[in-house]
Amino acid sequence: MKSAVIVFPGSNCDRDAATALEHLAGEKPALVWHGDSELPDVDLVVLPGGFSYGDYLRSGAMAAQSHIMRDIKTKAGKGLAVLGICNGFQMLTETELLPGALLRNAELKFVCRPVGLEVEETQSAFTRKYDKGQHVTFPVAHGDGNYFADETTLDRLEGEGRVVFRYAPGENPNGSARDIAGILSEKRNVLGLMPHPERVCDPLLGGTDGIALFQSLIEALS
Amino acid sequence: MRARVFVRFKTGVLDPQGNAIGNALRGLGFSQVREVRQGKVIDLELAERDETKARASLKEMCEKLLANTVIEKYEIELLP
Repeated sequence: MKSAVIVFPGSNCDRDAATALEHLAGEKPALVWHGDSELPDVDLVVLPGGFSYGDYLRSGAMAAQSHIMRDIKTKAGKGLAVLGICNGFQMLTETELLPGALLRNAELKFVCRPVGLEVEETQSAFTRKYDKGQHVTFPVAHGDGNYFADETTLDRLEGEGRVVFRYAPGENPNGSARDIAGILSEKRNVLGLMPHPERVCDPLLGGTDGIALFQSLIEALS
Repeated sequence: MRARVFVRFKTGVLDPQGNAIGNALRGLGFSQVREVRQGKVIDLELAERDETKARASLKEMCEKLLANTVIEKYEIELLP
């Protein structure tokens, strides 16, 4: 599986994502600068976590307008797999590759801790190696992770099996509607999630629950 | 031409910052404060003299970048 991690000014999880991918896929991902206009030939693009453009205007708003994002939008429309983690999820809603928006956390505090999640959907290239309903723990680290969408959109996401990760009961760290932590695009090739699977891919870092996400992608895309 | 754009949350979208400001104001003794909604003001200077054209391009700017219309509404004001 060939992959690329996009680097924006202010990204701070680009190397974590690249390390996880290299370790698990055995191939070094391309690190692509946001100012480039074309993606290399890859099977997967990762929009990493961080604070692109200092979260100016809205988290992910500036990154959504960057050069590389035009090519990502076009290729995602043709089926390219795109994984947006944390700030990457915010970019995906800003580009409208995913519906809804991520608002300021309901408690107004930046939340940085491991949270329990349930894998609700395994019919996707991102989660096929998990069991349906599996409980996993990923860390979160965000100030704007409060998922919002109108009721019709939320019903549609649930009806189409596009809510992939949900915060476990009592674990919602940010006030997200219906405890939503991660969602798929209509064509199921774009996943955005607030928690960080790339930070739990090595027992030395405190967990391994994220490995199956990358293994799913490797299996689906290789 | 100068212009001012107001960006606010749509009705029904939770505004935790507005709530926190409201709580702080009540804490200061302004007990008459019921609800606070906060937003952004963006001032722009445009190389454009035609009001209609200015409004049209400002609307496009709002739709494309200044506001996230999933959660926010905007108002455009042309300044003298």
